[in-house]
Amino acid sequence: MASNKKYWKSVEELDTNSSIVETLRENEFVESIPTDEFLGDKETLEASSTTRRDFLKYVGFTTAAASLAACEGPVIKSIPYVIAPDEIVPGVANYYASTIADGFDFANVLVKTREGRPIKIERNDLSTQGGGVNARVQASVLSLYDKNRLQNPLVDGAEVTWADFDTNVAQKMNEMSGKDIVLLTQTFASPSTSKLIKEFTAKYPNVRHVVYDTVSSSEALDAFQNKYGTRALADYDFSKAEVIVSVGADFLGDWQGGGYDAGYAKSRVPNSAGKMSRHIQFESNMSLSGANADKRVPVTPSQQLKIITALTGGSFSDLPNEIAEAVKNAKAQLANAGSKGVILTGLPDVDAQSKALNFNANSIVMDAMKPRMVRQGNTAEVMRVMNGVISGTVKGMITVGVDPVYSFPNSSAFTEAFKNLDMSLTFAMKKNATAEASKLVAATPHYLESWGDTQMKKGTFSLIQPTIRPLFQTRQFQDSLLQWTGNSQNYYDYIKGTWAAVLGGGSWNQALHDGFFGSDAEVQMDVMPIPSEGEAVIEESTANGALSEALQNEGLELTLYTKTSMGDGQNANNPWLQEMPDPITRTTWDNYITISAKDAESLGLENTHVANGGLNGSRVNVTMGDVVIEKVPVIIQPGQAVGSVGLALGYGKTAAIQEEMQTGVNAFALYNNFSTIQTVSLEKVGGMHEFACVQLHNTMMGRDIIRETSLEVFNTKDVQEWNPVIYVSKDHKEIPISSPDADLWESFDRSVGHHFNLSIDLNACTGCGACVIACHAENNVPVVGKAEVRKSRDMHWLRIDRYYSSVESFEGDLEKKENISGLGSSLSDFGAMEHPADNPQVAFQPVMCQHCNHAPCETVCPVAATSHGRQGQNHMAYNRCVGTRYCANNCPYKVRRFNWFLYNENDEFDYHMNNDLGRMVLNPDVVVRSRGVMEKCSMCIQKTQLTILQAKRDGKPVEDSAFQTACSLACDKGAMVFGDINDHSSEVYKEKKDNRMYHLLEAVGTEPNVFYKTKVRNSKEV
Amino acid sequence: MKKVNFRNLPSQLSLLLLAVLLTFSVSVSAQEDSASEAEQTTAAVPAADGVGDAVAGKALFNANCAACHKLDKKATGPALRGVTLRYDRNWLYEWIKDSQGMIKSGDSKAVALFAENNNSVMTSFPALSNGDIDNILAYASEPKAVPVAGGDTAATGTTTGGGDGVSNNIILAALALVFGLLVVMLFLVTGTLKKIAQANGVEYQERETKTPLWKAFAQNQFLVLVTSIFLLLCSAYFAYGWMMQVGVDQGYAPVQPIHFSHKIHAGDNKVDCNYCHSSARKSKTSGIPSLNVCMNCHKNISEYAGEADLESGYTQEFYTKEIKKLYDAVGWDETTQAYTGNTKPVKWTRIHNLPDFAYFNHSQHVTVAGVDCQKCHGPVEEMEIVEQFAPLTMGWCINCHRETNVKVEDNEYYSKIHEELSKKYGVEKLTIAQLGGLECGKCHY
Repeated sequence: MASNKKYWKSVEELDTNSSIVETLRENEFVESIPTDEFLGDKETLEASSTTRRDFLKYVGFTTAAASLAACEGPVIKSIPYVIAPDEIVPGVANYYASTIADGFDFANVLVKTREGRPIKIERNDLSTQGGGVNARVQASVLSLYDKNRLQNPLVDGAEVTWADFDTNVAQKMNEMSGKDIVLLTQTFASPSTSKLIKEFTAKYPNVRHVVYDTVSSSEALDAFQNKYGTRALADYDFSKAEVIVSVGADFLGDWQGGGYDAGYAKSRVPNSAGKMSRHIQFESNMSLSGANADKRVPVTPSQQLKIITALTGGSFSDLPNEIAEAVKNAKAQLANAGSKGVILTGLPDVDAQSKALNFNANSIVMDAMKPRMVRQGNTAEVMRVMNGVISGTVKGMITVGVDPVYSFPNSSAFTEAFKNLDMSLTFAMKKNATAEASKLVAATPHYLESWGDTQMKKGTFSLIQPTIRPLFQTRQFQDSLLQWTGNSQNYYDYIKGTWAAVLGGGSWNQALHDGFFGSDAEVQMDVMPIPSEGEAVIEESTANGALSEALQNEGLELTLYTKTSMGDGQNANNPWLQEMPDPITRTTWDNYITISAKDAESLGLENTHVANGGLNGSRVNVTMGDVVIEKVPVIIQPGQAVGSVGLALGYGKTAAIQEEMQTGVNAFALYNNFSTIQTVSLEKVGGMHEFACVQLHNTMMGRDIIRETSLEVFNTKDVQEWNPVIYVSKDHKEIPISSPDADLWESFDRSVGHHFNLSIDLNACTGCGACVIACHAENNVPVVGKAEVRKSRDMHWLRIDRYYSSVESFEGDLEKKENISGLGSSLSDFGAMEHPADNPQVAFQPVMCQHCNHAPCETVCPVAATSHGRQGQNHMAYNRCVGTRYCANNCPYKVRRFNWFLYNENDEFDYHMNNDLGRMVLNPDVVVRSRGVMEKCSMCIQKTQLTILQAKRDGKPVEDSAFQTACSLACDKGAMVFGDINDHSSEVYKEKKDNRMYHLLEAVGTEPNVFYKTKVRNSKEV
Repeated sequence: MKKVNFRNLPSQLSLLLLAVLLTFSVSVSAQEDSASEAEQTTAAVPAADGVGDAVAGKALFNANCAACHKLDKKATGPALRGVTLRYDRNWLYEWIKDSQGMIKSGDSKAVALFAENNNSVMTSFPALSNGDIDNILAYASEPKAVPVAGGDTAATGTTTGGGDGVSNNIILAALALVFGLLVVMLFLVTGTLKKIAQANGVEYQERETKTPLWKAFAQNQFLVLVTSIFLLLCSAYFAYGWMMQVGVDQGYAPVQPIHFSHKIHAGDNKVDCNYCHSSARKSKTSGIPSLNVCMNCHKNISEYAGEADLESGYTQEFYTKEIKKLYDAVGWDETTQAYTGNTKPVKWTRIHNLPDFAYFNHSQHVTVAGVDCQKCHGPVEEMEIVEQFAPLTMGWCINCHRETNVKVEDNEYYSKIHEELSKKYGVEKLTIAQLGGLECGKCHY
């Protein structure tokens, strides 16, 4: 039925004469369409010489030209050697033993070179000095190819030749005769350099040598010197330890030169008798050591002073009850352990250091007879130099390997005075702050381009040998000294001369081959003038007074620390290290104030997550006396002692640092009296800081990710109790996940040939991150920059997840989860479990591609770019990948990384892959990925294939230890073991059969080829 | 698909070529004749000398002396032509048999000679009899062969040949012109005839206007459809074929900065591939030989004396010039027989380019599998200019991996895995594919 009803849209329509209705009928769009706005105004259009047609022509032409050009292969030139060196075969890597001794890190290393270019730093397995090849040492090879390096010596900022430079220096030295010149150097711990410096100061008696450690261990040195007479640091072998009590000593980090983690890890794995060491940590910042401890007690530095006293025989009365209880227990355990107990302290206080030393005198863990020489600085002496320069009594200064203008606490006054010195000469690799302020700058080579020797530990001498010709017009400090003392020898011959005594008939070539030589030869290395009695006493007392005095001020107690990635800041221009997540906060590209949740609340500071997953943090002004550091971002750190804050040194550099890497704030401004402990006050300022943090979820919420148990349970209970096999239901029957019935898939027969597995022992892993950098170097993993990391687009093939417990312990987490019942409780309790406890347990878990035998990624790839090999590796054919990212979405472990951009030869990502120099570090055996492809851990297939090929060429079966991945090779703790499980005599096969073995997310049924070993904590109190 | 636009061109060209060839062959054979004549004349001279047999001497010279001596040029040792005029024959006997002894005994001539030649020790030849030495000396006493006029004739031959080419072109052009004129004339004639016919009132019978064929075709929709489908398929076929060859550089033979002839080195002189490309045995790359490897031989071989390929313009002088390029690059001064240290690395053009994402290891194939170089690189020993022989496509690699058996003999690495796998597959011999040689990750990482 048709209706006669008339529908109207507005009352206007009723008025037949309305002009509006008329207009609307005629013209649908009453307002004229803003074409001009859209196309630009007519004038510019007409003025433009490019018409729309032209534009289309250009587009058409360029498209056609581009596609035509793509069809033509490029002409590639190959330039062979004119005279090839005998030892170089193109395509085959050479290894050289050398040593790093940059004043902060000391370690025997193995340098991998390809066609004469060093491309990777590895551990020197022969070395008896254990670890030390940490993330920074692994990354040091990239600093060789830093484009900001000095390429020539400078006089008043202008590049000159070395001959001119020498004339200038000679002239200056003559002018300065009789005036006080300070030679301020890093710790060399080098017999030859010490001898050379003595010759230099003998020729120029107005020069005096002062050693300056950027991050000082002066108090520990003083304590050791007082007790044993040598200025050195006691050495510790933690593999012998039964009870380790650390009071503010991050001995798994950089405490007293670092490198103790390898020995520590040995005592942390339960042995056949079911025993492992017990580690108790009293500290204010959450450090690596605290994270690995069996028991961690957050205490402020002032409490730490009292704890040391209490542990070594003093009273407990000053301490709060809870802490006193913990200290009593620790003391009892130390007493039980007898000579296998050890106390460590990181307090910058001679008295506290002495107490610990005295306690350890009976311990077999400490070795005072063969102490470490890796720190020599004396803060009192350095302070006198600093004040001398400011007051004008010091007229000239020569700095070597240190950057006082950057790292002295009252930088501005010193800088002004330094600029006005009669003579300022800096030996530096880069035009750092000191070099910028000096008149004469001597360009020095990287350690991979230099000769040298060092005695890290008494009785073990190491050699530094060049692995590449100097890239630039550089000359090492020692060669300059030889030149200026009129010695015609070069430094190589000079070292050989010094070593005649060291070798005592041993072979120089063998020493050079090994990189080190054990010898009991006494070599005079004392470079510090031993202060006269009176002086020493005064300094000691002032140094002691300083700490307790500093701690009496009102405010928060600040502990300055060094990060495993940045150290003292020498490597600030190293993109690998900038992008390496801090093991604890998992934050990259920044330093920040760490603060406890309670203090943060009272100051109104907060951390929030924004929509794209980025972490934001409040900002504060940090005030210490008249020193104010503005707008320091804040991270709320679980486990931070209430009343204390932390801040990392080594950031905030601006000189000779690429803009992208000028990150963080310079905490050396707060390094008053060269003491890591200060009192500061914080004041909230507006705005939020944008962090680039790679881990957003900090707790496991009782899920089965890291399995953990206590030593007691491990020793007494059935495996099923603490490392259960997972059961799934099939036909309403419970069957173990490992049963073939629980499997949807037809499995390949993997019993023939190699079948690679990687074992990760969570007990031995300390989370140090050396493997992360080794993986970068081996696999050409790109650096993406802070903004991309913030968007979770980091490219790390290997990440080390860090989890906090949401109650006191992980076991508590599990219990809490089990007890959740009902909707109300689950909402509130799960919500609560997202937040870490005030003093949580911490666990680390390295996660890389798990190389699942039943890989979820492989089944979803539409182009079969990822597929499985018979040797257990999950292959990724980059050239086949079209970038759908289905695989990453389907990966339960989230280990696949997508190249959102072209990270090489792209000015938007101006890191090492964007310049010819930086690209020299690339591994030629691994392809550099392009934009739009997925990439991930390959289980170092280039290394396994090479090992197999070598065996084939030699015509013999592969030895077990020959199979290695970059990460397993980098791990000096033995946490990562790689090998062939079809070889039943292999170590990895034994690990796989161990009852601590479990697979990550086993319930998913992916059957990974990477497996973990349950973490066991020695939680026994008393 | 070959283009056949000029159906008649081949026959015409072949005729022309024949003509050119004939003129050439005459001049070439003339040159050969004169060369052999020259040889005969030179050979005749020493026979007249009486002492020693120069022919036997040449063989002895090449076997014993040529490594360090040349007839007309200083090498490691001095030039030997006319040595009998400079030294007494008995002195020479003694010197050749034990030069160091003479120097030690203080013979002034010997000491002077030793000093003149940078104190390089001459090998003693106690095994040579005086007769042998006579033969060698006879060869060394031959007067220098007069530079044969052959070179000149060849040159003139080429130029005249070139001249013929030019005149042929002119003839061709003239012919074309004549044909063109004829066609024009034909049109003119028909036009005139038409006009005459019109003038005479002769009437044409106009042809019946049928629908032209193309119109009929266009109107037949079925035919149009079928043809367009056919055309589309055809173009797709060719487009596919064309696109599949993008990046496949089979036959790529770039011009190199030094004309290095593999034919002469690997073919004529039978130098083993691995002598120069030694890293193929132990590395992933076969390695372009460094210039010091060239100098192992070319310190003494400063001139090319082998066969020339005149057709392509590769004369002996040409090759010798290329050797000089090597000397220039490596910084070798021929007159002083010493390196100047002034080197100019050679920028070779790379022929075999695998993309970065494909990993290939020479030593796996050469040392482990024992594959001949020629299997992938073709008959390099016959190539004057090396070209890419294999397509180097993935299909080509895979195919070989499917067909080739693993060489397991005498290789302990394979013994266990081979036994187990052959049991599993029930075969005697395993192919590389069965060993996992087709997995993506074996070549792509």
